[in-house]
Amino acid sequence: MAGNFFNEMVDSDGMVRPHYRGFADWLRDTPSERVARKRAEADTLFHRVGITFAVYGEQEGTERLIPFDIVPRILPATEWKALSAGLRQRVKTLNLFLHDIYHDQEILKAERIPAEHVLKNAQYRPEMQGLDVPNGIYAHIAGVDIVRAGQGEFYVLEDNLRVPSGVSYMLEDRKMMMRLFPELFARYSVAPVEHYPDMLLDSLRTVSPKGVAEPVVVVLTPGAYNSAYFEHAFLAQQMGVELVEGQDLFVKADVVYMRTTQGPRRVDVIYRRIDDDFLDPLVFRKDSKLGVPGLLSAYRSGNVTLCNAIGTGVADDKSIYPYVPEMVRFYLGEEPLLNNVPTYMLRKPDDLKYALAHLAELVVKEVHGSGGYGMLIGPAASKAQIEEFRKRIIDAPEKYIAQPTLALSACPTFVESGVAPRHIDLRPFVLSGREINMVPGGLTRVALGDGSLVVNSSQGGGTKDTWVLEN
Amino acid sequence: MLSRTADHLYWMARYTERAENVARMLDVNFRMSLLPQTPEQIEQGWGAVLGVNGLQEAYKERHGSVTPEKVVRYMVFDRDNPSSIYSCLYASRENIRAVRGSVTSEMWEMQNATWLEFRALDPEKVLGSDIGEMFEWVRHRSHLSRGVTVGTMLQDEDFRFIRLGSFLERADNTARILDVKYQAIELGAKEGDAASEYYQWSALLRSVSGFAAYRKVYRDLITPRRVAELLVLRADMPRSLARSMKEVYTNLCLVANSQSGETQRRAGELHSSLRFGRIEDIFDVGLHDYLTAFLGKTDDLGNRIARDFLVPVLAD
Repeated sequence: MAGNFFNEMVDSDGMVRPHYRGFADWLRDTPSERVARKRAEADTLFHRVGITFAVYGEQEGTERLIPFDIVPRILPATEWKALSAGLRQRVKTLNLFLHDIYHDQEILKAERIPAEHVLKNAQYRPEMQGLDVPNGIYAHIAGVDIVRAGQGEFYVLEDNLRVPSGVSYMLEDRKMMMRLFPELFARYSVAPVEHYPDMLLDSLRTVSPKGVAEPVVVVLTPGAYNSAYFEHAFLAQQMGVELVEGQDLFVKADVVYMRTTQGPRRVDVIYRRIDDDFLDPLVFRKDSKLGVPGLLSAYRSGNVTLCNAIGTGVADDKSIYPYVPEMVRFYLGEEPLLNNVPTYMLRKPDDLKYALAHLAELVVKEVHGSGGYGMLIGPAASKAQIEEFRKRIIDAPEKYIAQPTLALSACPTFVESGVAPRHIDLRPFVLSGREINMVPGGLTRVALGDGSLVVNSSQGGGTKDTWVLEN
Repeated sequence: MLSRTADHLYWMARYTERAENVARMLDVNFRMSLLPQTPEQIEQGWGAVLGVNGLQEAYKERHGSVTPEKVVRYMVFDRDNPSSIYSCLYASRENIRAVRGSVTSEMWEMQNATWLEFRALDPEKVLGSDIGEMFEWVRHRSHLSRGVTVGTMLQDEDFRFIRLGSFLERADNTARILDVKYQAIELGAKEGDAASEYYQWSALLRSVSGFAAYRKVYRDLITPRRVAELLVLRADMPRSLARSMKEVYTNLCLVANSQSGETQRRAGELHSSLRFGRIEDIFDVGLHDYLTAFLGKTDDLGNRIARDFLVPVLAD
């Protein structure tokens, strides 16, 4: 699988692609000691800045760095233009879908998606039925995972519509590259990304409850031991809003307040980085200490906006994913601009039969899994692993989907033996408020193991700065 | 600002200040130990370090006899000792980590680096070589913390709660250092060793960066009464009780809310008594009794500040 992939830097004749020439020249002309020193400096800086994440299952308080690679992932302006048009179309569609299933369910009536896949989905929230949200937006922040395969065409791997993370790494990676290698930015005209927090704040303000002139926005975090705490604090600081925990908020007469040194202060928009289940112990998980009792009631009264809305998970679920192209046609009357990866739904007998016969070639994922946990990568798995997975699939086929193993594109990356191609993906962050906005690029994640296709940071993946060129 | 944020910032500042004062105390003792001393004096000196922090009992239970090496280890690296430099720097870092979005990135990076550097120290190596360097390092990090706060932070409520924490802690720490050392020196003075007495006083002054200040202000011999006056009543002396309470009062007025009136009044009363007080009157009461009463008042202020601002009793 590793042999035949699209190389971001070098074409099939071994020639450096035009948009990478400036970088290749720079790398050739820069003494390797200087590069090594700069790489070490990046490590020290990330530690000092505390850009770390906590790892689940390890000792409490374990903080790790996400490896940062100094070779940027470069996208020419034309590629980004096409990609961003596809992202707009897709996110717009997903928001229309969410509005529809929580109102009249036209798409189910038209039988474009089997109703039980939606209504019996664990991520479908009946509490949202009939509720109008500002501008009809549910997924205010979407992190759409894009990969490049085959001859270089883009595919959507996953739509993350719940609480997608990683944008702080996108911003810190850029800051780090500019600090380490300012001379590179003189050679290239790289589209800036630093205004993301402003764009986010602007977007959050446009979805405040009606009649609020100066909306008070807060970021709601589970707390300092959450794996993405750094990002929560970072975004709150960059937007100049309060970073609150559940204990800082309370609800009185269906209005949300935060406890301040000057008494209670009303809150209008909550950018929450807590899963639905933990938001309100009166309605969802009773044992949640992270949430705010009465929050759902305040939300349903229209006195506060939650971003993202409750119940968005039904639209990014792996069992709904195969229907997204059909949604685009249904709601917009357009052909989808972005490819979906062909997906076998193992609850269908034909798909199951095919998958079981081709496990060694396929990637099998749990429908509700995330973070690269609970998946089988056929070509990389041992016979025993495949047989073990086979049993799990036969036991509960409805829990799995299967996809062909994509030959993900690769980008040169610093590894122990020098610079070698490593597989990458891309997570652009798409903001929806009054309109759809995004900064050029996104977060590029890289699988650091030779031949590895798993880019998740929880599985040892790293990140790269992503450059969209302006011209 | 959020009450919880104010709470974290206030305690971050208190622990940073406390770490510095512990280092100052230890440093003075360490330097004193380089002078000729009787074993009793040595034990007395290190015992006083524990006394300042109210740790004699806890220490005795775990370690028994007082030796310089054991006390230093206990006060620097023992993570079960809530007043050790380890515990103070850890608490300070955890507090700022919880509100890192509310402080400048330079402040966070500085505090985080302090903790990372301290954690990387090998206790055996530090204890085995020049421990004085370590105390100097702690003082420098505290200077840096203050500098980066004043030099980078917007002077808003967040800033005021940091200042409030720093100065309330400093008032408390200076009073404790003065109290314990003063008693010890008086006790030693009865034995009539004038040279030793001089070194003890100058060491006490040095521990609060007050030696040069004393010379400048009094241009005369060191006398107990003047040392006390400098550290209690001189408002131009940065580590004195008068200066610390002036800052506490000023910052408290700047963050006042609808229920903090009585707290402000008490802080103002204490500030005024220092501002207009005379050292003769304090010595009439007795310095120890005076300082004990003072510590009771700062403790009360700490509780009241928590109730009025930090622990949200005002909300629902």
